[in-house]
Amino acid sequence: MASPENFFSNAGRQTSPLRLLRNRVLTFLCVSLSLLTLVPLFSIVVLVVKNGLSLVSPSLFTQLPPAPGLEGGGFGNALVGTVVMVGISLLLAIPLGILSAIYINEYAPASRLSGAVRVVAKLLTGIPSIICGVFAFAVVVLPTHQFSSLAGGVALSILILPTILLTGEQALLGVPKAFREASFGVGATHFQTIWRIVLPQALPAMMTGIMLAVGRAAGETAPVIFTALFSQNWISSVMQPSASLSVLIYNFASLPYAYHVKMAWAASLVLVTLVTVTNVLTQIVFRKKYS
Amino acid sequence: MTLSAEESVADEGRHPIPVLPDAPVRREYRRRFDLLRAVSWLASASVVVLLVFILGEILTKAFPAVHRFGLGFVTGIQWSPNRDVFGVLPVILGTVESSLLALALALPLGLAIALFLSENFLPDSVRQAIRFVVELLAAIPSVVYGLWGIFVIIPLVQSLGGLLARHLGFIPLFEGPAYGNSLLTASLVLALMVLPTITAISRTALVAVPNSLREGAYALGATRWEAILGVIIPTAAPGIVASTILAFGRAMGETMAVAMLIGNSQRLSWSLLSPSNTLAALLANQFAEAEGIQINALMYAAILLVLLTLVVNMAGEAVLRRTQKATAGLA
Amino acid sequence: MTSEENQPSSRTLELTDDFVPGESNFIKVDDFKFYYGEKRVLHGITLEIPSRKVTAFIGPSGCGKSTLLRNFNRMNELIPGIRHEGDITIHGTSIFDPSVEIIALRRRIGMVFQKSNPFPMSIYENIVYPLRITGERNKALFDETVERCLRSAALWDEVKDRLHDSALGLSGGQMQRLCIARAVASRPEILLMDEPCSALDPIATAKVEELIMELKKDFTIVIVTHNMQQASRVSDLTAFFYLGNLIEMGDTRSIFTNPAKKQTEEYITGRFG
Repeated sequence: MASPENFFSNAGRQTSPLRLLRNRVLTFLCVSLSLLTLVPLFSIVVLVVKNGLSLVSPSLFTQLPPAPGLEGGGFGNALVGTVVMVGISLLLAIPLGILSAIYINEYAPASRLSGAVRVVAKLLTGIPSIICGVFAFAVVVLPTHQFSSLAGGVALSILILPTILLTGEQALLGVPKAFREASFGVGATHFQTIWRIVLPQALPAMMTGIMLAVGRAAGETAPVIFTALFSQNWISSVMQPSASLSVLIYNFASLPYAYHVKMAWAASLVLVTLVTVTNVLTQIVFRKKYS
Repeated sequence: MTLSAEESVADEGRHPIPVLPDAPVRREYRRRFDLLRAVSWLASASVVVLLVFILGEILTKAFPAVHRFGLGFVTGIQWSPNRDVFGVLPVILGTVESSLLALALALPLGLAIALFLSENFLPDSVRQAIRFVVELLAAIPSVVYGLWGIFVIIPLVQSLGGLLARHLGFIPLFEGPAYGNSLLTASLVLALMVLPTITAISRTALVAVPNSLREGAYALGATRWEAILGVIIPTAAPGIVASTILAFGRAMGETMAVAMLIGNSQRLSWSLLSPSNTLAALLANQFAEAEGIQINALMYAAILLVLLTLVVNMAGEAVLRRTQKATAGLA
Repeated sequence: MTSEENQPSSRTLELTDDFVPGESNFIKVDDFKFYYGEKRVLHGITLEIPSRKVTAFIGPSGCGKSTLLRNFNRMNELIPGIRHEGDITIHGTSIFDPSVEIIALRRRIGMVFQKSNPFPMSIYENIVYPLRITGERNKALFDETVERCLRSAALWDEVKDRLHDSALGLSGGQMQRLCIARAVASRPEILLMDEPCSALDPIATAKVEELIMELKKDFTIVIVTHNMQQASRVSDLTAFFYLGNLIEMGDTRSIFTNPAKKQTEEYITGRFG
């Protein structure tokens, strides 16, 4: 410690060692708690890769699941089922979401309808994903007396609608006002301005929003579990029950057969890879755009 | 004269020469019918109608159960579909209990990470890496957490839970026997799943604290943590509260991981070590095989879940909006 | 925290009374160079600041005047990648000496910022904050400090009836005077002011300037300003900086009426800057 003559460490001015110690301890605590979160993530990634990779082969993606207790085969039908259901959901949600985004940002940003759309989108984001399944169950499964990939697609479309709508709005907001003014200034109509100037500018950001939605829809299980159900066979019609990767994980995870459990890990590997890739791509696109 | 009032006013504004009443209006001055406008309006209206439709549809399908069981559904503690007896009180308690426990575990961790990301403890590159990791945690599908929980957390809780039950079993919360599929297991995984929500919103609130306040505290001779605890966190407090409320809403709605880990038991129990159930997990597990009045009862449960999450989310959003106003006044 | 260790009030008072007013080399800056990363922004500054006087730093934006000021209480150390050469001593002690605690240093040097930065708490809590962080809990001392500081910041009469209201409800000028009151609460010897009036209207500015004249009886004040009239009104000494160099320093009246260097003359007559 300093000599008494030291101007900055006179009695009464000296910082209590307790204060400094507390500062150290809290910093240590904060940093170690933050690094602690790496442990579970590391564990998830390692287990998914280790257990999943052991099964990866071409047949995994092209064959049907084996009967309980048997080995061999793959989850080709679940992969196709996921693609079909995500496809149906995009078919329904993209037009609705993007058109609404155009209306609330380009045509009538301040109107009451636009305000309502924003509130609804926010509310839909907050609704648990399983409620999308409950709705699809009520409007598709009950009337058709049939579990089907169509019902699964409908459920997923409700799930991703707010994502597409809100990222679409953000994408349009990102287009500088000056572009619109320049277009109007040379006598273009509203439609021409949106179609020729605004949409091309906003497209990359909209695409990333859609990509995020795809990653999310492919991984969601709750809305699909009692709408598309599951199937051991290839998909033959959208009005039939269908397998999907996410429900496969759920169904196989607690089976007593090691091979089936491994298939659940392999399906997890596919889904985790998909969401990681879409998230990283999104980050790259947005960083390019806004840096 | 075929001009509408609106068009003639607009034209007069633009042209000093008045348009003759019988002169044909030139095409480009007339407001054209914009198909995109009409279609996008329709889409917007459908989005609003959709929400009403979703709620209406679930309400209609729930109605027979609402009519038959009334509020007894909410207060009943028995759920036996074979006898047409439906009461969800244990499930509601399980939902709230598991979410609260998850929050209690996730809040210190999430706040620590948010501070770590907003204050300059470590170089920017390390912070970016941690941020990416936390965002990745948010992107991993719920069902994968469930799978991981079965093979990692359940064994962990089995050994840990036995110890707890043996030594702390006199406390109702830790009463044995200890199961692997339990409320504690679900809460541990839920905590991990809501961590990104808490981190992201708290970080936003902390970053919004003007740097001048940090400098002000340091210039008065505060240590880093005196500045954080005395000035920065109190300033960001409403945002941190909002993040906690929103995370609570998310935790209550989480389905798959919980359904795979919680044990799906509708029996009333206070112990964290025994199986329990949540509304979302109940729906996930029973809808596929439900028949008759059970479907209506599940729809009723779905309404309760929507109501719970809606109220919690709206409270969180309200706090968040007030925060943004408050910090706007600071800057 | 033990209360024996933290009694800033009584002992600092004695200490303040030890000072010789007008000590001519109270703060000494000796060939001080300062770097942001690879970029050198101060190129060897040497100057002396007397105690209980107002010294103004003037010069165009980016001339390094704020950077130097923020070195006196080592605020720049919050920025990563900084480095310095040379030395700054206060009352004969180097502020960079390993025995100097940065926290103790900052308690002896109050700072007022360009933008007022009251904490989002009550007026009262803002002022007692520097006491609270040392573990002080004495309510009577708090009350006394609040009144003393608010009086010395000429704010007491305006806010004495609403001490427990939020500080964010004050006007811009009042907020800045509250920040001055807070800065003097830990009884520093030196007050650093970084363009304290740049965000204020003329009336509020006049009040703060009046306050500065009053405060120099008790404090050594260093003020950075881009407002030449302000420098000539409030300061006893003026230092003119340009591109990281000290061009000229001296008695304010002579600097403004009879500058030695051409650059100084051009700047104060408004030909550049």
